[in-house]
Amino acid sequence: MEKPTIDSQGHTGLSRRSFVNSVATGAAAEAAVLTLPGAAAQTGTKPPQDGEMVAVVLQINGRTHSMNVEPRWTLQYVLRDRLGLMATKDGCERGECGACTVLIDGISRYSCLTLAVEAAGCQITTVEGLMNGEQLGTVQQAFIEEDAFQCGYCTPGQVVSVEALLRKTPEPTFEQIREGVSGNLCRCGAYNHIFRAAQRAAELRKVGRG
Amino acid sequence: MSAKFSYQRAVSIKDAAEATGRPGTRILAGGTDLLGCLRDGVFQTNRLVSINNIKELKGIRSRPGGGWRIGALTTLTEVAEHRQILESYPVLAQAAASVATPQLRNQGTLGGNLCQRPRCWYFRGQFQCRRKGGETCFAEAGQSLYHGIFGASQCYIVHPSDTAPALVALDAKVSIAGRRGTRLVPMSSFFVLPKDSLVKENVLEPGELITEILLDAPLTGTRSTYRKVRERASFDFALASAAVVLVMAEGKVRTARIVLGGVAPAPWRSTEAEKAVVGKPLDAAAVAAAAEAAVKGAVPMADNGYKVPLVRGILEETLTALSA
Repeated sequence: MEKPTIDSQGHTGLSRRSFVNSVATGAAAEAAVLTLPGAAAQTGTKPPQDGEMVAVVLQINGRTHSMNVEPRWTLQYVLRDRLGLMATKDGCERGECGACTVLIDGISRYSCLTLAVEAAGCQITTVEGLMNGEQLGTVQQAFIEEDAFQCGYCTPGQVVSVEALLRKTPEPTFEQIREGVSGNLCRCGAYNHIFRAAQRAAELRKVGRG
Repeated sequence: MSAKFSYQRAVSIKDAAEATGRPGTRILAGGTDLLGCLRDGVFQTNRLVSINNIKELKGIRSRPGGGWRIGALTTLTEVAEHRQILESYPVLAQAAASVATPQLRNQGTLGGNLCQRPRCWYFRGQFQCRRKGGETCFAEAGQSLYHGIFGASQCYIVHPSDTAPALVALDAKVSIAGRRGTRLVPMSSFFVLPKDSLVKENVLEPGELITEILLDAPLTGTRSTYRKVRERASFDFALASAAVVLVMAEGKVRTARIVLGGVAPAPWRSTEAEKAVVGKPLDAAAVAAAAEAAVKGAVPMADNGYKVPLVRGILEETLTALSA
């Protein structure tokens, strides 16, 4: 974790993300598990004790992450709090909101109800993995074009659900779109825009396919 | 985050049965119910045994001589979208499709859907209720909006599964593996009522797990449907539901199986409603008689009286739809 520096006005030298990170993990993470895996080799993560940690290899957005996890860690927790992949949101932690939706072997699932140990060996895709370099994916582009969000908190989950829908059903009916995002709540109530974004994304992909 | 537990992967059914026979151990399949319960402290576990790598528990296969077998780990999405299930057992495909959300259906398994724990808000909350070994049912004097109107005694839960009423209506059988071999149980005998046990909802013993669900080939003239009513159009459990399987012959109902969901601690078969239609053409009079018979003996609580007309309405709707 990057060290905070404080200037004369008391501003920290942390980026917003790493500041949020340090605040968010501070309470949850006990001293022994503060290291992010990328830095694990240098700083030394707490070694497995009494079989409590399990060594896993997670394939996330085409990258391989070898790490030790506690069996109780959900994939959502590992993505955000261990790997710093912050697109996947932490909403209800009980499969009731959809903010944490990811693709596992191309199929949408709630990462809050998936143990990281169970996701080992699968291809995991988050919103970060739908980007093509710095270029937005078709679904993300469509969400912008159709103004399909207000606060944006549910958006990564919505985007992943639409991605899952379009992979399975490239030209969905309106009813299929409604069903496709029925596992993602939007408390701002941007649903009609989200439905239009899904339709727009289907068009963009059709053009893309030629 | 839930309390700590250890984790192992079973490599075979026998392995899974042996591992789960040990105290404090639970089976992990889809995990959509289990992980929520552990996180909320509804119950604890020392160790999870994942059965997700046991290939023989997955998939839908035809049975020699007709019918189908559905592996316990088959996801609800797979059940809902399987061509033969859609064609031959619409009641089951519709029930599976009505569960929760695409994500939960992608993850949740048929076996798990049958074994999920009740959704009573006292059971799920921090109440030491009878189902958790306590001495009080908080729904008796508390809020009973989503509780049962049939089959209660000391505990008023409703069974939350959608596929369970469908499988009882289809007269399916469940294959259960244990340390001493396998046993076959009719779906209609799989669930238990509070009068039989206050702390479990089915006949599974420690060290046992569902391996597959067996369906017989449908008889000629079979019609079936599942109707679920909930407070919102998706992502919810049933306020009440009905699974109806009829065999029609010469314009009359030859046999009927009518099973209600969301109203009792187990799928609630209404033999009274079945009797009201068997041997008769499915006309308005027979439909009305069956709907009335289905709610005979209902015992509403303080807040759930609405379930009586709701069940009546659901049966009128489903039977009328099947008469066409």
